Amino acid sequence: MQWIDPEVAERVERLDLPFNRYGLDPYGIDKGYLRGFFSFLSFIYNRWLTVDAYGVENVPDQGRAMVVGNHSGGVALDGGMILASMLLAKDPPRLAQGMAEIFLNQTPFASTILSRVGQFTGLPEHAVRLLEDDRLLMVFPEGARGTAKLYRDRNSLVRFGTGFMRLALQTGTPIVPTAFIGGGEAIPTVMNLYRLGKLVGAPYVPVTPWLAPLPRPTTCQIYYGEPVLFEGDGSEEDDVIIGYVEQVKARIGQLIEFGVENRRRGEFSRPIPDPSDAVADIPSGGAA
Amino acid sequence: MKVLVTGVAGRIGRIVARRLIFDGHQVIGIDRRPWPDAPKGLDMHAVDIRKRPAENVFRTEQPEAVIHMATVTHFTSRREERNRINLGGTRRIFEFAAEYGVKRVVFVGRHTYYGAAADSPLFHTEEEPPMAVSTFPELADLVAADLYAGSALWRFPSMDTCVLRSVYTLGPSRHGTLASFLRGPTVPAVPGFDPLFHFIHEEDAAKAICTALETGLKGVYNVAGPQPVPLSKLVEVTGRRRVPVPEPIIPHLLGRFGFPQLPAGAVAHMKYPVVIDGSRFRAETGFAPDYDEVQTMEAFRWA
Repeated sequence: MQWIDPEVAERVERLDLPFNRYGLDPYGIDKGYLRGFFSFLSFIYNRWLTVDAYGVENVPDQGRAMVVGNHSGGVALDGGMILASMLLAKDPPRLAQGMAEIFLNQTPFASTILSRVGQFTGLPEHAVRLLEDDRLLMVFPEGARGTAKLYRDRNSLVRFGTGFMRLALQTGTPIVPTAFIGGGEAIPTVMNLYRLGKLVGAPYVPVTPWLAPLPRPTTCQIYYGEPVLFEGDGSEEDDVIIGYVEQVKARIGQLIEFGVENRRRGEFSRPIPDPSDAVADIPSGGAA
Repeated sequence: MKVLVTGVAGRIGRIVARRLIFDGHQVIGIDRRPWPDAPKGLDMHAVDIRKRPAENVFRTEQPEAVIHMATVTHFTSRREERNRINLGGTRRIFEFAAEYGVKRVVFVGRHTYYGAAADSPLFHTEEEPPMAVSTFPELADLVAADLYAGSALWRFPSMDTCVLRSVYTLGPSRHGTLASFLRGPTVPAVPGFDPLFHFIHEEDAAKAICTALETGLKGVYNVAGPQPVPLSKLVEVTGRRRVPVPEPIIPHLLGRFGFPQLPAGAVAHMKYPVVIDGSRFRAETGFAPDYDEVQTMEAFRWA
């Protein structure tokens, strides 16, 4: 078909997943759906927005790992772009699997598409199973609180959930702190309609100056920090867990700061930043 | 071993009985339904499991093991009847077994126990509670029978009780819950939903039951087949036609215009998957299905 990007098709073939002869993996992930879904994301990634990903080599090539990022921009545009960068900009390509809001699984068509491209409902059972299967998990600990950020708060971080840290400790999973810059510029939320959201079954409905939460063409950057493996088994006291979460949050905060600074300068010259500069002076996790 | 099989005239019961006889066991069958060409060596009793004649079979034959698979679904029986057979019958069988010195009981249950809902995880494990009661009330009697059978583990500790939760069976007999759903030329689908369906070839289902019996397994185990496939694929490979019908209309179409006869609660199963994790059973018994998902669907189609 015309709208299938041949490069995407080639990269889907290179995914290290146990597909059967119909191109279906045990979770029902479907090569055909992956080709269509990522061709669409590739268009957004390369043409509509212009996304640059830095530090993709920090995401392990194989084995379990958790990409932990910040949210901004009304809808989970950042999630889609992180998925795209893992497939398009990484060698070998990997399929990142996000933890979707439950209302998406209740929504016709979204339910089918997300199920076939490995974006399952955000349940701890799913997270543990995928990690134990050595998959790549994509987590936004800010959750819907994060996507609800208004334009002026786009580069801030709100409260992080702690569930991801217990799951990472329980499964011995390295965490890749990740920053997404430009989501707030692409979808500048001026207000959120919570009542309307309740009516349509979503947490809220974001409103932009052009009403619909559709992205305008802009540049975005993704920074992948170095992976951190915290020591523990997930049964630690809340204080300990919160301490670890704060370390991850601090790293993401620093990556955002670095990215925002580069973005400001990049409007004139677009230098190639080195994300390791941003994390060099942050103490490594787990030792604390 | 002297094995008593209830529901022996059912499609899986017949395969189980033949397998056990082939493996050199002495097999006694109980079923209200006739089995005209029952194999030689099968001692068949046409009695009702809830009645005294069934108890007489236990008393006179003194079986060492029981495979209880005399349960029914909404496809064959009405509500009160289902309750009497599934829960009442299961209760009788366990009481008779305990009273007459049976050493092993294998209860054959269903994976729909876990229920289908938007927030239920893929690959249910044995610890998970039965969500089917809230999503699909017509399954309540089967859920109750499953839990009742499981309670035999502590009520009758001298008996080795094994509760199997098997995925849908599919195969050349063209009988069973999933086969009934796929019976007609058209299969209704909820637009925008395409749940995974988990099934096992009927020969493999029987093999799993015999394996559980022979290994003397104790506890609750999921019996998963090969990997699950989306409903759309299942419909396509079995040569049916998928007809998207708006969700509110589905209850009115069921049982008419070539659509299968289903209770309204079944709509949840057309939107959300029930997929189970069979790794514990595999690890304990070394069980592996002989038929993969494609062979299973084709065995059903070309029978």
